[in-house]
Amino acid sequence: MAAGVAAWLPFARAAAIGWMPVANLPMPVAPTEKNKRQDELIILNVSGRRFQTWRNTLDRYPDTLLGSSEKEFFYNEETREYFFDRDPDVFRSILNFYRTGKLHYPRYECISAYDEELAFFGIIPEIISDCCYEEYKDRKRENAERLMDDNEDNKDCKLPNMTFRETMWRAFENPHTSTMALVFYYVTGFFIAVSVITNVVETVPCGATPNQKDMPCGERYTEAFFCMDTACVMIFTVEYLMRLFAAPSRYRFIRSVMSIIDVVAILPYYIGLVMTNNEDVSGAFVTLRVFRVFRIFKFSRHSQGLRILGYTLKSCASELGFLLFSLTMAIIIFATVMFYAEKGSTSSKFTSIPASFWYTIVTMTTLGYGDMVPKTIAGKIFGSICSLSGVLVIALPVPVIVSNFSRIYHQNQRADKRRAQKKARLARMRISKTGSSSAFLHSKRNGLLNESLELTVRTGKTMSLLESQHHHLLHCLEKTTVRSYQLKGPTVGVGTGIIKNHEFMDEQLYEQSYLETALQSYPSRSPSLSSQGLTGTCCSRRAKKSSQLPNASAATSGLQELSAINIQCGDPPLSTSRSSLNMRPDDPPRLNCQSGQITTAIISIPTPPATTPDGDGHTLPNPSVQNIVKVSAL
Amino acid sequence: SLCKKPEYVQGEIITNGSKRSLRARLMKLLPCSGAKKPAAQTQNSVEDELELSAVRHRPEGLEQLEAQTRFSRKELQILYRGFKNECPSGVVNEDTFKDIYSQFFPQGDASTYAHFLFNAFDTDHNGSVSFEDFVMGLSILLRGSVQEKLNWAFNLYDINKDGYITKEEMLDIMKAIYDMMGKCTYPILKEETPRQHVEIFFQKMDKNKDGVVTIDEFIDCCQNDENIMRSMQLFENVI
Repeated sequence: MAAGVAAWLPFARAAAIGWMPVANLPMPVAPTEKNKRQDELIILNVSGRRFQTWRNTLDRYPDTLLGSSEKEFFYNEETREYFFDRDPDVFRSILNFYRTGKLHYPRYECISAYDEELAFFGIIPEIISDCCYEEYKDRKRENAERLMDDNEDNKDCKLPNMTFRETMWRAFENPHTSTMALVFYYVTGFFIAVSVITNVVETVPCGATPNQKDMPCGERYTEAFFCMDTACVMIFTVEYLMRLFAAPSRYRFIRSVMSIIDVVAILPYYIGLVMTNNEDVSGAFVTLRVFRVFRIFKFSRHSQGLRILGYTLKSCASELGFLLFSLTMAIIIFATVMFYAEKGSTSSKFTSIPASFWYTIVTMTTLGYGDMVPKTIAGKIFGSICSLSGVLVIALPVPVIVSNFSRIYHQNQRADKRRAQKKARLARMRISKTGSSSAFLHSKRNGLLNESLELTVRTGKTMSLLESQHHHLLHCLEKTTVRSYQLKGPTVGVGTGIIKNHEFMDEQLYEQSYLETALQSYPSRSPSLSSQGLTGTCCSRRAKKSSQLPNASAATSGLQELSAINIQCGDPPLSTSRSSLNMRPDDPPRLNCQSGQITTAIISIPTPPATTPDGDGHTLPNPSVQNIVKVSAL
Repeated sequence: SLCKKPEYVQGEIITNGSKRSLRARLMKLLPCSGAKKPAAQTQNSVEDELELSAVRHRPEGLEQLEAQTRFSRKELQILYRGFKNECPSGVVNEDTFKDIYSQFFPQGDASTYAHFLFNAFDTDHNGSVSFEDFVMGLSILLRGSVQEKLNWAFNLYDINKDGYITKEEMLDIMKAIYDMMGKCTYPILKEETPRQHVEIFFQKMDKNKDGVVTIDEFIDCCQNDENIMRSMQLFENVI
């Protein structure tokens, strides 16, 4: 727990006296507390509800709003309290975080409201403790999916200046956008049905003519069926070519499942055209016609249920695989057993193990055709065991598939319902707005709009006392052992704005490096140079190695307390100002010696690769660049 | 929280009952087995639990601690609040002590040194550090005279508390200190570095070259060393 570090630091520092008699070198100067405040109670007034806590409690997490000097912006002089105009219920969880070191997510809170509060107070959601983290993530994912669905609907609205090709593609994908598209949709559907029915009727025996025996309709009315087939295939070909033309990415379209189905549906016809009445290949040609039945799959463009079924089967691939595998295993086992059991009996149908496969499959799926039946007693016993186990083996994976299908189906239903409701909702909102619009115009005229407070980013934030004291402690250890901490990691030339010639700088640098898991970027420096050359072991630093902790197993628990949580926040819409406040800009060098800006446990260096400040700090780091925000668990 | 909760005792209860467990299991399978045996068991375990949950430690009153240490009332309040927040049960045992200390030295292995430190704080050697032990130790380290501090340091080095620091003891301590640095140091830590450091230490401290350092030699030598004297004053303002 990170809170532990702050409370126990005085103890660790006091215990450092144990090193002093052993050390041969003088110790570095301890950082002094400039304005030593006695621990006092501070009052946090959140929308009228007063919370009180010790100042030290809030100081445990210095890179959040409450732990830093940023809360001074909210200080109310008259009432001598800090006033926040936020939700007091959520604030309760946030304050408990400072007290106990664990952030909990209350289940009854709305996820986006909670996120906003966290962003306001500068706490990253990843700190949420394990007991509540799953719930938080699930809710967030649900919310995101819902928002994504809504966004997709917005894409339906017509964009101006669409090329003919884009219009065509949209017409193909969403038939309800225009009447032409709808007509096309229904026409193709009709022809798919016609084609499938033709294929079926072709094989029905048509009634005997006087001079010939019963023959299928296809051979009786060859021309009619041929004309029908040609018409359908022409329509399908035209449709396919049009889709190919309109597709935004033709390569991707060709690889998609639907287009493959289209091609397979029309190919037999063309192959048949190409091949003449060659006796050898006509047999093969006949079998090719079976692929014409794939035309029925073209219906999946028209039916959502079919698509869902296909998607379900795809998503349940592992369960289906398991089913298949277990069935195969059982079949082989039982077939073997039955074969050897029936070997003795005469005129047994179980002539070989593969022959017994058929019996096993028919029995396990409870079909029981009866063409193969065991005659010996042993065979009958094993046969009954086989049928009992068949029921079990098949019944087990089926619920998984069913539940998957149900989930996906309901998701789709909900999406459709939401889309339908949305129009009604928007219409109702529009109506209510027109009613109150006059009142709104009134208030606007009276100038009741207040301007939003603009938070300025902290610049030149001094390192907190905690961090400087921790550094001093580690520095003392170095002096005692006449060693210096080694930086490991390739150097990347960013962050040159770090103060040069700073007494604590390098220690802080390489302390950070082994505390962090990501690679860091520090100028390569020899620590011995900074120690005023007293050690006599000043060698230039060579290339750094990777920052792996040597004692990972022992230190992981400790590391979790002190480690920096390295998060990439790619342009979050709400919390731009917050994330920029979390980041420490490379501070200008007007800081004096006693304060560095990098802390041991708190690593918050923005690494905007484009900006390398050269000595002068940035007041507003560019929020659009992907920022690596590191917040300590302190 | 960092401190062990009293539930650690459950392990003991289980091991005591393992002899009965097999029979108890068989008895459970029979439908008419008497409920007397399990009741007795639960009674015992309940009593044990009550006893052990009383492991919560309450420190002496504020006035007494004020008299015994050199901290002011307010300082004691702050210290106790921090201590109690981390250890609601009121005592720290060695494992948690090691955890806490390791947090400050994540790149090395601070457990050995923490062990010695724990023994130095646990003055009555009962296996746990209560708030009184903690605050008395801190009082010496932060507010004591140089003599007291050196005394404390000697006590830390003297592992078996026999009044002499032998080379082996010093070597253990030295290795523990160097372990805290970890492997990634510059210059690289070699096998004989702690031993060399111990040699230097003994050369300086052991005046009569009898192979051990006594408390008087230690204090004398430290008082004559300017560096050590100055560094002793280093942590005056920690609280």
